[in-house]
Amino acid sequence: MSTKTLGFDLDSAWRLHPQVSVRPERFGALLYHFGTRRLSFLKSPALLTVVSSLDSEPSARAACAVAGIGAAELPVYARALATLAASQMICRKTTQ
Amino acid sequence: MTVTAPSLVQEFRFGLEAPICLTWELTYACNLSCVHCLSSSGRRDPAELTTAECKRVIDELERMQVFYVNIGGGEPTVRPDFWELVDYATAHHVGVKFSTNGVKITPDVARRLAGSDYIDVQISLDGATAEVNDAVRGRGSFATAMRAMQHLADAGFAGFKISVVMTRQNAGQLDAFKVIADRFGAQLRITRLRPSGRGADVWDELHPTAAQQRELYDWLMAHGENVLTGDSFFHLAGYGQELPGLNMCGAGRVVCLIDPVGDVYACPFAIHDAFLAGNVRGSGGFAGVWRDSELFADLRRPQSGGACTSCSAFDACQGGCMAAKFFTGLPLDGPDPECVRGFGEAALATADSAGAPRPSGDHSHRRAPVPISIGRRPDGSGFGEASRRESRSVPDRACDQSPLAGFRPEAG
Repeated sequence: MSTKTLGFDLDSAWRLHPQVSVRPERFGALLYHFGTRRLSFLKSPALLTVVSSLDSEPSARAACAVAGIGAAELPVYARALATLAASQMICRKTTQ
Repeated sequence: MTVTAPSLVQEFRFGLEAPICLTWELTYACNLSCVHCLSSSGRRDPAELTTAECKRVIDELERMQVFYVNIGGGEPTVRPDFWELVDYATAHHVGVKFSTNGVKITPDVARRLAGSDYIDVQISLDGATAEVNDAVRGRGSFATAMRAMQHLADAGFAGFKISVVMTRQNAGQLDAFKVIADRFGAQLRITRLRPSGRGADVWDELHPTAAQQRELYDWLMAHGENVLTGDSFFHLAGYGQELPGLNMCGAGRVVCLIDPVGDVYACPFAIHDAFLAGNVRGSGGFAGVWRDSELFADLRRPQSGGACTSCSAFDACQGGCMAAKFFTGLPLDGPDPECVRGFGEAALATADSAGAPRPSGDHSHRRAPVPISIGRRPDGSGFGEASRRESRSVPDRACDQSPLAGFRPEAG
């Protein structure tokens, strides 16, 4: 994992990588990246809401707010997003 | 595939909305007659799904958001509509990973494949040398595979897969396989030999020894995620640490098989009526089978560990592979025949191997199977010759026309 992902930038605009497909499941969701051919998992429905909201929200922090994530839980979600960024499941909107 | 949270694996055991990994065998036709073929392939079945029916299945997979299908056979590329179906799938957001012996991978085809993010290719190779490979897969099959891999590498297809079924004869070639993979910029995939299809006839002679199994485990641990295993060696978790992957039997829970006639089985290694969940031609289609089949509902309930429950390794190995037990005549709630603690070997010694269930279908070529000699059979007979002779006496089929009639792989 690169050092960039250790501190996830919640205030930047993020999006789902265009080559990633998302399938909702009982526990959250499955993600598949057609470019890297890797599978990943969202382990809660709330995290799915966060990821699904990234595209339309100006920042990851705003997407977390949409999902009703409180300040206390925010670090947990930032870590989850950092992991998704490291595996290219999500990317910065400016880097498309 | 990277999974670390056990709770997620627990979720998977109860089944998913759609399979993660779906194997779809498009045809029983094959130009080869590999002695261990898991689907006893050779001749096309006259009842195979038509192009239109295949497209309807793809439409369903798109609706169910099945990310990709593992297409196999038989040799899928000999279906005249193979490329049409691949194009249809990728246009409908269903990725395709197909297994091939390489017979149709010309330079043109390789270039076309290299151009798509949605297509992945797996070349089957069961020996790092022609001698070892051809003894199992047939004369000339090593050269065909190497030629196909050269075409893929020349076309710039990085990271295609080389798929190896681990046997007693090739277990000592792991490093040599890695050298071949590295030479072509490919990724190695090592999977477990199951006593499925014609594999039932040769399993005794081909499955790795206990000592080889231990070496394989150490080798896989050393290579980590750089070598794929299709999660097929989860029974080796009994040695201690788990190999990368889900480490669970996915049958009917996260994987299943659609066979060439549309029958849906719990897993590619379980082509037997006992594991038949339904057919995609039924009114509910594939989705109906996946969601509503009684067999799959059973598999998604907590399973009994039976005789294994008291074993300290049970949490790790989960009792091993259902298909391996079934086709060697062992009870499904007992040890895997290749149990790392040796309980499988003990069980096999007293099991009624003659009474073990036989695979349901047989599409083997009626001509004599691949001649085999690895230099230890002075009489020139091959693996499982006696039992295969028996299985060759199959009833006449309406369609025995070879789809490869007149076709010759390119020379050189």
